[in-house]
Amino acid sequence: MLEVINLTCVRGTRRLFRDLNFSAHEGELIELRGPNGSGKTSLLRILCGLAAPAAGEVRWNGQGIRSLAEEYFASVAYLGHQNAVKDELSALENLRISSAVSGKRLDNREARRILSRVGLSEQQNLPARVLSAGQRRRLGMTRLLTSPAKLWILDEVLTSLDDTAMNLSREFIGNHLQQNGIAIVATHQDLNMGGARGQRLQLS
Amino acid sequence: MFGWLVWRDLILAWRRRADVLATLFFFIIVVSLFPLGIGPERETLRTIAPGVVWVAALLASMLSLGRIFGNDYQDGTLEQLLLTPQPAYLVVLAKVLAHWIVSEIPLVLIAPVLGVQFGLSQNGLAIVVVSLLLGTPVLSVIGSVGAALTLGLRAANVLVALLVLPLYIPVLIFGSGAVQASVTGSSPQAWLLLLGAMLIVSLVFAPWATSAALRISVE
Amino acid sequence: MFRSYSPPGQPARRCGYLWNSGIDFSLCLQCRSQTKVYGTRYGIKVVTATHSDALDQRKCGNFMSKNRINLYKYAAPANFYPLAGKLIPLFAVPSAILFILGMYVGFFVAPTDAVQGESYRILFIHVPAAWMGMFLYVLMAIYAGVGWAFNARLASMMATAISPTGAIFTFISLVTGSLWGRPAWGVWWVWDARLTSTLILLFLYIGFISLQSSIDDARRADRAGAVLALVGVINVPIIYFSVQWWNSLHQGATITKNSFKMAPSMAAAMLILLGACWLYSIAVVLVRVRYIIREREQEAPWLAEATA
Repeated sequence: MLEVINLTCVRGTRRLFRDLNFSAHEGELIELRGPNGSGKTSLLRILCGLAAPAAGEVRWNGQGIRSLAEEYFASVAYLGHQNAVKDELSALENLRISSAVSGKRLDNREARRILSRVGLSEQQNLPARVLSAGQRRRLGMTRLLTSPAKLWILDEVLTSLDDTAMNLSREFIGNHLQQNGIAIVATHQDLNMGGARGQRLQLS
Repeated sequence: MFGWLVWRDLILAWRRRADVLATLFFFIIVVSLFPLGIGPERETLRTIAPGVVWVAALLASMLSLGRIFGNDYQDGTLEQLLLTPQPAYLVVLAKVLAHWIVSEIPLVLIAPVLGVQFGLSQNGLAIVVVSLLLGTPVLSVIGSVGAALTLGLRAANVLVALLVLPLYIPVLIFGSGAVQASVTGSSPQAWLLLLGAMLIVSLVFAPWATSAALRISVE
Repeated sequence: MFRSYSPPGQPARRCGYLWNSGIDFSLCLQCRSQTKVYGTRYGIKVVTATHSDALDQRKCGNFMSKNRINLYKYAAPANFYPLAGKLIPLFAVPSAILFILGMYVGFFVAPTDAVQGESYRILFIHVPAAWMGMFLYVLMAIYAGVGWAFNARLASMMATAISPTGAIFTFISLVTGSLWGRPAWGVWWVWDARLTSTLILLFLYIGFISLQSSIDDARRADRAGAVLALVGVINVPIIYFSVQWWNSLHQGATITKNSFKMAPSMAAAMLILLGACWLYSIAVVLVRVRYIIREREQEAPWLAEATA
């Protein structure tokens, strides 16, 4: 369970948000809406522990994430604006290496299976450099599928995806929520996750 | 995980060979500039050889520092590395090791060849290699602190030089001192031991500073 | 008696105690609940209470007890600003007096040196400047470290304020050292251990200043500077030792600065000038930190009231 207590974020000389309070329970989806520059990305980065807030605290299962450090990181999967895809490696290599570096080793068969789930079977041996933006996003999403993390933090996950891929993303998020995971998603478009419990936060 | 990260960096460096070779050629060219600037008298060259080789190695190392984290920072991989359950200390150590293998070992290998150009004796050449072997990891790991502090800044290359060169000075003094000692006939042992001590101390403490700097820069 | 303030147009809340700290979170002493910053009145932050866990215990600043001095409140840039303004003349004037006194003693009272004649007198400026350069670097590193470890903005601002002064003193000590060396050694520059280490110290200062000026985000600049300053401070002894070693091996000009006996008046002149330099540094750093506070706290409404 994630709790956010009186979170304040200051970027440069602007105070993006102040005294933000909310919590996310298992199986819950939190949608962050708001115009560009309203602090969605900053909030997400504070939630995953990459950035420190100007004031306030984030707690995971009752303990502050600052003190949990690596334990917390094991429970979080973050997909930001950038896809964390290395251009010089092929799709298959990207997946296998990023998975191994996070601690979970995949053999070729499993990696291929995951790539086919996101629709990248044909491109598996191509260097990521030649993939389109949508394909790279899908490759970035494979990281979510291999990670055992309970908390998914997704920033603009639906951008540059076509309809099939968008439905795929919704399916993944839905499955994750059904398995008692938590998802916090910043998005411009409606997620339309019918039936999922959730809250919507508007940062304006 | 450590091994996978090193392996990944090695593969990436191999697929971008041009960058790596550029540093090596820079080293060779800089060393060759000195005789052109100073004059080809054998005695002069033999006297300045230790300093020249070491200064050129310093400068070439500095040029390559941007590559430790720069690429990963730009495509978002660095954030993911900081979000793994592994301590950032190990991540830094893995990347520094890969950087050392890719950028510094070629320097160590080619230095004897350049030393011959300067008329160093066999003994001198051996000490050049040993001192560089001990000193270049220190350059990599201390340089990683500067690289982490200047991630994403404008004119990061020049700034990194400004930050890191003062910290490199002890390595330069001990390293070239060792070679000079062997050239003049005295024992380079003390210098090499000091280099070794610096290596151990910097390997223990510097990655901690680098991981702190990475977290600051990635915010 | 405690007074309670509330923002205009709102009913008075139960806990309206005044407190100050550089951080927006604190605990009100009376109701022990977490307080959030609401607004300002008379340059002091007014709070209202919300019910959550206590995070911190700082005493409410101004109205709690009139006879106790609460130092924590000055950790906030907002409160330090007027305090600094009042302190500046307290340091600047004695500094000028000590400086004149020291120069008088140094140039008119101290005797002529048997070996070096009158030219040694430049040491009266060189030695204090060199010491200041070193002390200020350590002080800067301490402030930067405190600012990073405790997330205290004011401490980081002090470190940024100290850096140019330290660099200037180091530069002065290099120039005066060189000027001293000219009559004594016959050359404008010599690579002895002290001068070389001072040169490297100047490079460390320049690195710190360049790094902070290249980073736009103030807090990132503070923290990055802290890492650099701490790494530098640990390296300074290593650098000094290695330069000593290097110098002793390449026997160039072996000049020992203590090649003359110090008459009491010479020592007195140096100490007086050292005191003058300290007071000057404090005054100048306070001026600079006020400037930095003004620059950074542009958004805060209290600033308009304080500077009006």
